[in-house]
Amino acid sequence: METFRFDLCELPEETKGLREEVRAFLRDNLKGIPLVTRAQTWSGSDARFSAAMGAQGWIGMTWPKQYGGGERSFFERYVVLEEMLAAGAPVGAHWIADRQSGPLLLRFGNEEQRQFFLPKIATGTCFFCIGMSEPDSGSDLAATRTRADKVEGGYLVNGTKLWTSGAHHAHYMIGLFRTHYDPAKKHDGLTQFLVDLKTPGITIRPIRDLSGNAHFNEVIFEDVFVPENRLVGAEGTGWDQVRAELAFERSGPERYLSSFLLLVELIREVQKTGGTRAEEEIGRLVAHLVTLRQMSLSVAGMLNAGENPALEASVVKDLGALYEQELPVRAHELTGIEPTIGTGSDFQQVLGYLTQVTPSFSLRGGTREILRGIIARGLGLR
Amino acid sequence: MNELQTILHGTIHRLFGDFVDKNLIQKAEEGVWPEKLWAALEEAGMTRVLVPEEQGGAGGGWADAMILIKAAGEHKVPLPLAETILASAILAEAGIAVPEGVLTVLTGDLALDGKTVSGTAERTPWGRNADHGVAVLEQDGGRVAVLVLLKGSVIDEDVNLAREPRDEVTLQNADALVGGAVDPDRIGLLGALVRSGQMAGALSFLIRQSVEYANERTQFGKPIGKFQAIQQQLAILSTQAAAANLAASHAAAKADAGDALFEIAIAKVRADEAVSLATSIAHQVHGAIGFTYEHELHFATRRLWSWRAEFGSGSQWAGVLGRAVIARGPDALWPYVTAR
Repeated sequence: METFRFDLCELPEETKGLREEVRAFLRDNLKGIPLVTRAQTWSGSDARFSAAMGAQGWIGMTWPKQYGGGERSFFERYVVLEEMLAAGAPVGAHWIADRQSGPLLLRFGNEEQRQFFLPKIATGTCFFCIGMSEPDSGSDLAATRTRADKVEGGYLVNGTKLWTSGAHHAHYMIGLFRTHYDPAKKHDGLTQFLVDLKTPGITIRPIRDLSGNAHFNEVIFEDVFVPENRLVGAEGTGWDQVRAELAFERSGPERYLSSFLLLVELIREVQKTGGTRAEEEIGRLVAHLVTLRQMSLSVAGMLNAGENPALEASVVKDLGALYEQELPVRAHELTGIEPTIGTGSDFQQVLGYLTQVTPSFSLRGGTREILRGIIARGLGLR
Repeated sequence: MNELQTILHGTIHRLFGDFVDKNLIQKAEEGVWPEKLWAALEEAGMTRVLVPEEQGGAGGGWADAMILIKAAGEHKVPLPLAETILASAILAEAGIAVPEGVLTVLTGDLALDGKTVSGTAERTPWGRNADHGVAVLEQDGGRVAVLVLLKGSVIDEDVNLAREPRDEVTLQNADALVGGAVDPDRIGLLGALVRSGQMAGALSFLIRQSVEYANERTQFGKPIGKFQAIQQQLAILSTQAAAANLAASHAAAKADAGDALFEIAIAKVRADEAVSLATSIAHQVHGAIGFTYEHELHFATRRLWSWRAEFGSGSQWAGVLGRAVIARGPDALWPYVTAR
């Protein structure tokens, strides 16, 4: 009995040429970007880079051509993503729009919304953020309190979203707001809206994380008018839509390739000294990397076949975060070299950055405990 | 799964389901050879999955064999199915016709002299039960595969933690068939592949058994599986088992395609780590009952504790992997991984 479905999945032969194209593109477009900046990968935002990717047709790759997509396979998209991440490309600006906002609109949006938003996203010039968490609603998403009250021609939104990654450079938010409240059915009455972040009444306050960077934000809504035609799906279907969206959010190669550059630099470092212990540790880390890649590819295969890999995606995300959080620890143990900020070698700076940010890897996009709860349900324990 | 694989999967799980129970495993630990089950496996062609069709085998590949090997691990089958398949693979590669009966592999201080083999093979899996052994021995400066008749060999019986035979086999001018050239480390490599598969299978048993137990054992007025502390632990167990299973399948698929040292090493490393975490969780969830001989949990965990050390431990294979990765250099890692 295999509890989850992880079928072996090989990338089709025709993705090889695409991979070479992406590598050539990266050679040209990553020139001059310092290693420690590249270490941010999909947390790093670079509008110029996103536009260049859009021009290549590498955003919205799997979407229908009528919406600006490329009608490519999920495997082709996978190859582009993993090459970007492994090279440390600053793909953060368009990442959320490409990964989940676009697919969400394709699935639940209406025709006008698809035609309006998807082609813009695909050009790499229209960025999204996700308004889910709130001050009193983190893992317990159904505790969402931000209200959208029906008014003439639309809704009036009041409340606060928190930990909203990229809101400060995004054009739109897909926000989860409460349109109805029944204390007995907290999952009902939630609705998703497309919010233009230039709308009056919105205040975006960056929140500095422990490393001093400001990737996430507090977004405050005070009587923000959202027109009726920017409601996604139907009133009250937000919960189911969000769950589908989280499957996209958890299924990608970014869940184990966010710190690949540290592994590369660690190998460069231990190459100088060698030794059995270093060989065994590098071997173990590579064994994890390759196995995670196979698991992640398997999830891509399920997406390509139109299946729902929500459970398998949770497995990959949980294992991926464990592996990525282990990386800086092993790097420390093997080298004893001090991590730094702004000074020192590439290795020291990359280690300095990732030592500080890896705690977030088992928090963002669903905490470790929530994922394991989902897995336990899959096992028949809940 | 293709058609052959679906048939193999159905047949092997039905066979093991019909034959293997606690009593059979316990009897085997006491030295009783499960004759009927072995006969049924041979009858169904399960032992000859890798034997070429012209020799009456299934003509399958490692991806097919892996299904049987995982199943043997999952059902804790006290028989050398994995060893027989392993030995047959080496014979097929060396162009030696695969004989009927129980096969094993011989490693140790053995020497080929013309058409006979002498010396001692250490910790031979199922040595006392095997009709033939397969060794890779030196001949004219190269290495060749050799099929040795074990009748007449001197057996010094020993066992692993799961009481599976691991015997010292001493041969004196034993009759041998000499085949073609084979890589000197072939037995060790394919041995690691089959043990990775058996471990993956036994890990699947650990999930099923542990979830079942957690759902039926009641404490504080509810099944212990309703407690988040238990749920989180079983989630870890299951993700480890999933990783080990896919790594083993990946290695098997690569073994069919050619050089699979990289993937087999990964499978053994990944299974070893999964085993250490998973056996500990499975026992913790089962509490005292899982620590008794009465309960069948240990038939899996004792196998896992032995298998993780056999044919190279995770650390040894990690060293092999790491040395190669470091030698190729940091910037070659990603191109190498994606070109495999």
